[in-house]
Amino acid sequence: MLGAILSGDFPRSRVLTVVLLAIFVGLAITPFAIPGAAAINTAAKICYFIVLVVSYDLLLGYTGIVSFAHAMFFGIGGYGVGLSLYALGPTWPVILLGLAIGLVVAIVLALLIGLLSLRVKAIFFAMITLAVASAFAILATQFNEFTGGEDGRSFRVPEMLRPGYRLFDGEVFGTAITGRLLTYYLVFVSAVLLFLVALRIVNSPFGRVLQAIRENPMRAEALGYRVVYYRTMANCLAAAMAVCAGAMSALWLRYTGPDTTLSFAIMLDILLMVVIGGMGTMYGAVVGATLFIVAQNYLQRLMGIAAAATEGIPILPKLLHPDRWLLFLGVLFVLSVYFFPTGIIGKLRGSNKA
Amino acid sequence: MSAPVLETRDLTIRFGGHVAVDGVSCAFHSGTLTAIVGPNGAGKTTYFNIMSGQLPASSGSVLLDGEDITRVGVSGRAQLGIGRAFQITNLFPHLTVHENVRLAVQAKSGHAANLWTRWSSHTAWIERAEHYLEEVNLAGQRNALAASLSHGGKRRLEVAIMMALEPHVFMFDEPTAGMSVDEVPVILDLIHRLKGHGDKTILLVEHKMDVVRSLADRIVVLHNGRLVADGDPAAVIASPAVQEAYLGRPAGKAAAHG
Ligand SMILES: Nc1ncnc2c1ncn2[C@@H]1O[C@H](COP(=O)(O)OP(=O)(O)OP(=O)(O)O)[C@@H](O)[C@H]1O
Ligand SMILES: [Mg+2]
Repeated sequence: MLGAILSGDFPRSRVLTVVLLAIFVGLAITPFAIPGAAAINTAAKICYFIVLVVSYDLLLGYTGIVSFAHAMFFGIGGYGVGLSLYALGPTWPVILLGLAIGLVVAIVLALLIGLLSLRVKAIFFAMITLAVASAFAILATQFNEFTGGEDGRSFRVPEMLRPGYRLFDGEVFGTAITGRLLTYYLVFVSAVLLFLVALRIVNSPFGRVLQAIRENPMRAEALGYRVVYYRTMANCLAAAMAVCAGAMSALWLRYTGPDTTLSFAIMLDILLMVVIGGMGTMYGAVVGATLFIVAQNYLQRLMGIAAAATEGIPILPKLLHPDRWLLFLGVLFVLSVYFFPTGIIGKLRGSNKA
Repeated sequence: MSAPVLETRDLTIRFGGHVAVDGVSCAFHSGTLTAIVGPNGAGKTTYFNIMSGQLPASSGSVLLDGEDITRVGVSGRAQLGIGRAFQITNLFPHLTVHENVRLAVQAKSGHAANLWTRWSSHTAWIERAEHYLEEVNLAGQRNALAASLSHGGKRRLEVAIMMALEPHVFMFDEPTAGMSVDEVPVILDLIHRLKGHGDKTILLVEHKMDVVRSLADRIVVLHNGRLVADGDPAAVIASPAVQEAYLGRPAGKAAAHG
């Protein structure tokens, strides 16, 4: 039963199993366990970033494709749903329409990028995705009256998903069942389902070919696998999943804009999350995304406290200023790549065998 | 004689000014093992590369069962039944030994691109892969990473991968090069058994003359990219063309080559 749900791909390490269970249970109960907007915001962000990072790992870790266009596909999902809700009003069919538009645009783009450039060397492919993503980000900000430009767009969501909505009077475990809570669980359940779909794909015969292509595209071709077809499919599947992540973020934030979805900063975050967790394992992407976002939210706070505590000492407070959190994350990143070249998952699985 | 399975007509490839394969016309028939010999740099591997599609011919054509396949890509030719074991080992290094072979079985299956079933539920593929691992004595290392095998182990895996494709045309490029003495017979036995089927088209590039003598039905000699002799093994080995082609070749070179 569990084997079927996880497509026979188990964590294969006791520590990892515990960590994954902790993440799952943590995300499932956050709204009830930790009061306040900060915790639920962090949890929701973890959910849609897990989908985003898992889909990116399908490309980078499984197929060996380096693409810088993943944040763009995330953005297409966010803008697709966001702009549709903004323009057509806050109803459920509009959400589906926005998602469908996003999916079509993303898959067509992924197909074009794939067919035009997956035949070329990896480095050129990476450059082309970078160029397309930059062009797209510029377009999105230039079409001011349509997209809201640099400011992005805030929009309303269906009644049921608004903070003011109550499913019923009264509370469950001391928590009112608000529209916010319903949105959270919509995002959470979508994340779980999409993760399981991704796990299914990488453990299918198709997914195995992707790994073969990562290892040795020439030999894969010599076995009779049309590498261009498989790479293009992987590109389209990853793009479609990124669109779903974008749609989830739009519903949660009730806002879509260049900085939250399209920016190169997001692309870098995705890359870091995949590498920290361990490339080529879906579970690694989950751990990487969770760790990174928790660090992003709480490292800054921790640093704020540290900066205040070291007030008066010369350089330290400046160094510990919350704005420098990325510097520390960078140091952590370098250390983790140095000590766990196969990511956290590789480390956990390796130590399990010993 | 029956119609040829694989045939090249006036096949030529140029690298800049250098003509590596020069107007080679040759036909290969089923049930025949053809050894292709010639000194280092003669163009044997390059000839293979044009036939299996890794390199495009500058001119001339390749035919499979009478159909022109000169413009067909590498994966297309593999699907049409041309199998290739490479001289320079060409594996999936960070996948297991078993997975390397299983991927070849899967490629043949017609359900290769299935997105939704679990790979592990296709037990027939797993068993077939197991079978081919046993054929090359690698079943005991099925769960090792391909990269961790010894040189000889990698060479045997290379052969197992081609066998698992179950092609019509088998192209062995120095399959025993660099193998230890106890590994060589495993591969030679396997080729011998393959020959025993009687309906396979087998091409074998090999430097070791004793191997060639014991396996070949026919010998083709390449020298400077040109076909200089073709025919019955005993006659070809005795011919002046072969004597000349191999003249000056250091005695130990063939065995040390790899
Ligand atoms: N891709 C290439 N670009 C340029 N020259 C090449 C290329 N491939 C092969 N050659 C040249 O073509 C000639 C034939 O090489 P090939 O590898 O076919 O020889 P071979 O008969 O297989 O030799 P060996 O017995 O050493 O394996 C050599 O001079 C080689 O340098
Ligand atoms: Mg060669």
